[in-house]
Amino acid sequence: MIVGTSGLVLNEKLLFEHSDAGRKGYSLTPLDVPAADLPDGLCREEIAGFPELSEVDVVRHFTRLSTWNYGVDSGFYPLGSCTMKYNPKVNELAARLPGLADVHPATPDHLAQGTLAMMYELQTMLAEISGFAAVSVQPAAGAHGELAGMLTVRAWHEAQGSKRRKVLIPDTAHGTNPATAALAGYEVVPIASEGVLTLEEVEAHMTDEVAALMVTNPNTLGLFETNIAAICELVHARGGLVYCDGANLNALLGIARPGDMGIDVMHFNLHKTFATPHGGGGPGSGPVGVSAALAPFLPGPRVVRDGEAFRFVGTQESVGRMLAFHGNFGIMLRAFAYIRSMGAAGLKHATEMAVLNANYVRARLEGGYHLPYATRSLHEVVFSDRDLPNDCHTLDVAKRLIDYGYHPPTIYFPLVVKGAIMIEPTETESQETLDEFCDAMLAIAKEAEMSPDLLHAAPVRTRTRRLDETAAARQPRLRWEER
Amino acid sequence: MEFPEEFKYTEEHEWVQVEGDLVIVGITDFAQDALGDVVFVELPEVGTEVTAGKAFGVVESVKAVSDVYAPVSGTVEEINEELPDAPEVINTSPYGDGWMIKIRISDPTELEELMDATEYQAHIAEEH
Repeated sequence: MIVGTSGLVLNEKLLFEHSDAGRKGYSLTPLDVPAADLPDGLCREEIAGFPELSEVDVVRHFTRLSTWNYGVDSGFYPLGSCTMKYNPKVNELAARLPGLADVHPATPDHLAQGTLAMMYELQTMLAEISGFAAVSVQPAAGAHGELAGMLTVRAWHEAQGSKRRKVLIPDTAHGTNPATAALAGYEVVPIASEGVLTLEEVEAHMTDEVAALMVTNPNTLGLFETNIAAICELVHARGGLVYCDGANLNALLGIARPGDMGIDVMHFNLHKTFATPHGGGGPGSGPVGVSAALAPFLPGPRVVRDGEAFRFVGTQESVGRMLAFHGNFGIMLRAFAYIRSMGAAGLKHATEMAVLNANYVRARLEGGYHLPYATRSLHEVVFSDRDLPNDCHTLDVAKRLIDYGYHPPTIYFPLVVKGAIMIEPTETESQETLDEFCDAMLAIAKEAEMSPDLLHAAPVRTRTRRLDETAAARQPRLRWEER
Repeated sequence: MEFPEEFKYTEEHEWVQVEGDLVIVGITDFAQDALGDVVFVELPEVGTEVTAGKAFGVVESVKAVSDVYAPVSGTVEEINEELPDAPEVINTSPYGDGWMIKIRISDPTELEELMDATEYQAHIAEEH
């Protein structure tokens, strides 16, 4: 049975529920060689619940599901810390050029000079943008780039004969940082910030056991780490390195360079800062940039220029490969197209607009929502649910925003703010869009006062009502079973 | 919100009930309320050595994952085996059935570092 929920917005069953024995979406040509039996034990008689469908059933199934999707092409997507900026379609054009899209990763260097030249230029541009000496574009995602960066830190320390085993991480750093440090074999030492990290706090913990400090700048409160240069100096003086999580680079592009601040290692999120599509689980791309001293330890092989030619070269000191091949090339290509189409002035303007937009949202919502930190925001702003009445909380606001037609912001992160609502509008939104969103947020704050039931019941205008996240986490049903 | 008078408390929102040289440890009513619905609990194995101020386990809620810190140093004598299968008990009974581990304490003077119920409530008020 198919029931339209709203005109021609169609419901859709699971593939398993569509299945009817004998339907299929393929046809084979007649056998023109003698038939051979597969060995016993390799063939199943039956796969329980294996769906059998015609081609049109499958096409309609996935097309209908796609109409339920919400993305940055359908509306405002202020997911803090994720930089859900619009992805210009010219990037897609570049990524689909057959000469680039169809290159096999095992093609010999001399037959793939165009792809190597693009990777080399991307490495060079990222190095220039960030103030680092060298960049490896190999890591396939942000956390992968982080791991590559921390393995590079580790390799550098080992080459100095130093056996430091701790990493300092402030409470305003990205949530992935402690996991990365642990995976790279370090013990994580959490340190406190007062909105921004103080020199005194770092000084108190910076012993000769500490290999590195991992900061996020601007941090997850959207605040610039104003003491960063002095902090880097201190960490270096005590034999450590400073890692910067580059997830918030969108606030710095064209304005300030992490390398100039004294940072030793940083990963980029091409899928955030450089406008490649993300949010559906990838693919991402997480290049890692380092200072000159760390360059030999970077993951490799990397592309180098050799006269007029380009080739992959590894180093003896390198931490080695992060992947079987060369990284998510299609994403690099989109980022390359983005940088080239924006130009230096365009990237700087984008940063200015990203910061302006976040501060515009901040100015409009201040008063309607509690602002836990008064320090000037950069590209994102964090509110809290502290002042909401009638047992209304951050989760209720997020769910109610869906009724108003907006993807909710990031919620309950960063952890240093209780009931955090983290809004990152990005540079590509017009004032009209920001106003409509802020109007919705303020209307919801008013509803919390006048008719809190609306918030507690939300969302009510969606195809499914509020999901029971607790039950889903406590009793997950991870496979389909016939009922 | 309740904070039993006979318990001791840490800044990280664990409670401690002293029974001779054994202490029972869990997270406070304030902590469970801030976390929201707890969906997963990871506890150490019996016999594990724990150190005051270091993480001994993990609680995960729909909002966040948090470490749980040992209030005192010692050896894990017993764990609440029911908890991993029924993590919601931490929400419904943080001071009772939601207890997490029992530690055989190695240095009883560490107990003097902990807060009493009044000090803990002042700590919460100051922090939030």
